[in-house]
Amino acid sequence: MDIPYTVAARPDTGLNNGKIGIWLFLASEVMLFGALFASYVMLRAGATDWPPGATYLNVPLATLNTVVLISSSVTMVLAWASLVKGDFGRFRLFLGITILCGLGFLVVKFFEYSAKFHHEYFPSTNTFLAIYFTLTGLHGLHVIGGMAVNSWLWGPGSKMWKTDPAHFTNRVENAGLFWHLVDLVWIFLFPVLYLL
Amino acid sequence: MAQPTAAVPHHAAPETHHLGFWRTYVFSTDHKTIGIQYAVTGLLFLLFGFSLMMLMRWQLAYPGRALPLLGSLLGEARMPAGIMLPEFYNQLGAMHGTIMVFLGVVPLAVGGFGNFVLPLQIGAPDMAFPRINMASYWCYLPGGVVMLLSFFAPGGSAQSGWTSYAPLADIATSGQTWWLFGMVFLITSSLLGSINFIVTTIQLRAPGLSFFRLPFFVWAQLVTSFLLLLAFPPLEGAAILQLMDRLAGTSFFLPSGLVVSGQALAATGGGNPLLWQHLFWFLAHPEVYVLILPALGIVAEVVANNTRKPLFGYRSMVYSVIFLGFMSFIVWAHHMFITGMGTTMATFFQTTTMIISIPSVVVLTALIISLWGGSIRFTTPMLFALGFLPMFGIGGLTGLPLGLAATDVHLHDTYYVIGHFHYVVAPGTIFGLFAGVYYWFPKATGRAMNETLGRLHFWGSLVFMNVIFMPFFVMGLAGVSRRLYDGGASYAHAQHVLQWNVVSSVGAWCLALAQLPFIFNFFWSAFRGRRVEANPWEATTLEWAAPSPPPHGNFETLPEAHRGPYEYSVPGAGRDFVPQWEAARA
Repeated sequence: MDIPYTVAARPDTGLNNGKIGIWLFLASEVMLFGALFASYVMLRAGATDWPPGATYLNVPLATLNTVVLISSSVTMVLAWASLVKGDFGRFRLFLGITILCGLGFLVVKFFEYSAKFHHEYFPSTNTFLAIYFTLTGLHGLHVIGGMAVNSWLWGPGSKMWKTDPAHFTNRVENAGLFWHLVDLVWIFLFPVLYLL
Repeated sequence: MAQPTAAVPHHAAPETHHLGFWRTYVFSTDHKTIGIQYAVTGLLFLLFGFSLMMLMRWQLAYPGRALPLLGSLLGEARMPAGIMLPEFYNQLGAMHGTIMVFLGVVPLAVGGFGNFVLPLQIGAPDMAFPRINMASYWCYLPGGVVMLLSFFAPGGSAQSGWTSYAPLADIATSGQTWWLFGMVFLITSSLLGSINFIVTTIQLRAPGLSFFRLPFFVWAQLVTSFLLLLAFPPLEGAAILQLMDRLAGTSFFLPSGLVVSGQALAATGGGNPLLWQHLFWFLAHPEVYVLILPALGIVAEVVANNTRKPLFGYRSMVYSVIFLGFMSFIVWAHHMFITGMGTTMATFFQTTTMIISIPSVVVLTALIISLWGGSIRFTTPMLFALGFLPMFGIGGLTGLPLGLAATDVHLHDTYYVIGHFHYVVAPGTIFGLFAGVYYWFPKATGRAMNETLGRLHFWGSLVFMNVIFMPFFVMGLAGVSRRLYDGGASYAHAQHVLQWNVVSSVGAWCLALAQLPFIFNFFWSAFRGRRVEANPWEATTLEWAAPSPPPHGNFETLPEAHRGPYEYSVPGAGRDFVPQWEAARA
């Protein structure tokens, strides 16, 4: 009993199962972050005063993090493109860089958080910091989740390349789609929290 | 069009022999097992949630009187000397709603019937992602267990209503935190399930089964899945914010200057309690359609099968249900007319609310017209489906005054609201679900349920459901608030309707007795019921092409759809039904 269209596309829809699945998942993620961004708007609109992000946050560090995360999206695409061309070595190189970029992002985030705690800025300090910690914390969890998937595809999961290369390439593509969403959420978070 | 991987008919001798007990019955990836797991767990939670309500009905009928026998068993913290404490009453109320909606009806309607029936109806060997499907159930069950355990948390379970309105829920005892964690599990479960349902419906339809040959039940499940997929994440976001409020000391839902029990609350403030209501109802209004659509789907199947006629207006029903799905995302604030929103906002939301009633009426009307001129077989599933139609009609029509701001100001938060949505969900949705249990039981077990016991169950349920819920309209119109611990006894304006509390409570206990034939029938028929063939109801849709019960992989040969789903009483055909999978007319 095999499930059809796990790898090949169904002719009339032009898609395989995993591709539709990941897009639906991304849609639900958009609704999750969309609701939180909407909450941000409502809280800020109702606030008597709202500090500019730079009062509490480190804009240069966040700019660095933005560059790191965008670069990791580029290497993610390159990793997938290498698989399409059949170059497993380059795939590993680029996916490795993607994972390291994710790690770099988290390290920078760790220093940002510790600096806040050092200055006694906590989620309970005010509503701005509350939404800052909530949104970046949830985004950080998504970075960790994406890195976990990517690491599995880099390590034990990559055995599938030998047995079913088309299926493995699809998996990397879907993991990449998720990674781009993580990147995209940050591209919204950065101006909303740090610059506006 | 041949399918590349499944073109070879697989002669499915029972393939379960190489799977052990755990993989076959507990951690199964087979959609049928998962469906049955969901259905049985959902039915148990329905019974449990109903039991909570039977306790509450004692307090409402006889406020402050000791409950004999059972009362003393529940402990000093809940019912000292058998008399219910207000805190415990609030816990029961919050958990009754939560359990019925999130742990009972949705898991049974979507997780149970969707999982079991949908792949069979589209001629698929299983769900598109069987392991994710298993994960869905195993997120649901821990979520349910967390909810149940919360009764033993310090201060008891959540007690801020199933809506968990802030700021009350923000400052409630720790049971609320358990509630939020439980919800995170349930939301994850429904996310995994809904992705699976949508992908399965789009990708795994049998050859020839185009979208407009799908049974209406599949359409209903498809739209339901989109609602679950897109409406639940905002509640997850809201749950995260409320968890932050409760655990990290933030004030997302706490306004400045909040005073609790005469003392200023030590919080930074600056939050917005209405934000919770917006996020909650953005989920919870689509959730209403999550509750009703699968039941409409089941009723449509049962009506077509038992009138021996095609559904009237199948296409209009499909278009209506899609339109209804879209509209359900922009009506949420009709739950919030008395929160002080401006008249412009109220106008917008009451307009969309009136618009969304149109597709619901189209579907219901189509089902009623489908009865016209049919030679109706009054089987047990058909009785429940026939009961569903007027009951859902009452529920729907009594909702209109709540959707209009002017009348809602009077009716908001009264027993009228409870009457309205219980008519939709209890004799509405739950009747639909009972119809489904009786209808697909032969497919799931290979045995039919007993008809006599089924009739007893139906008539008892129909009578007592109305005895319980009809008085709510009287009480609500008299202005009795829905959340009173004493059922209104301390209010002058409620005195002339208080006797209805007793009527309603007696109705609830009798309804419990009316479920006994069902419970007995369910287990007895599973082992001792009359054995049946693959297609005992002489139905047309693809699930009846599979053996009863279907083996692992479902079909002996891959079915192909040659026609629409409801070819009953086709003129010139030898029999009064032409199944979708038959190539030439008999």
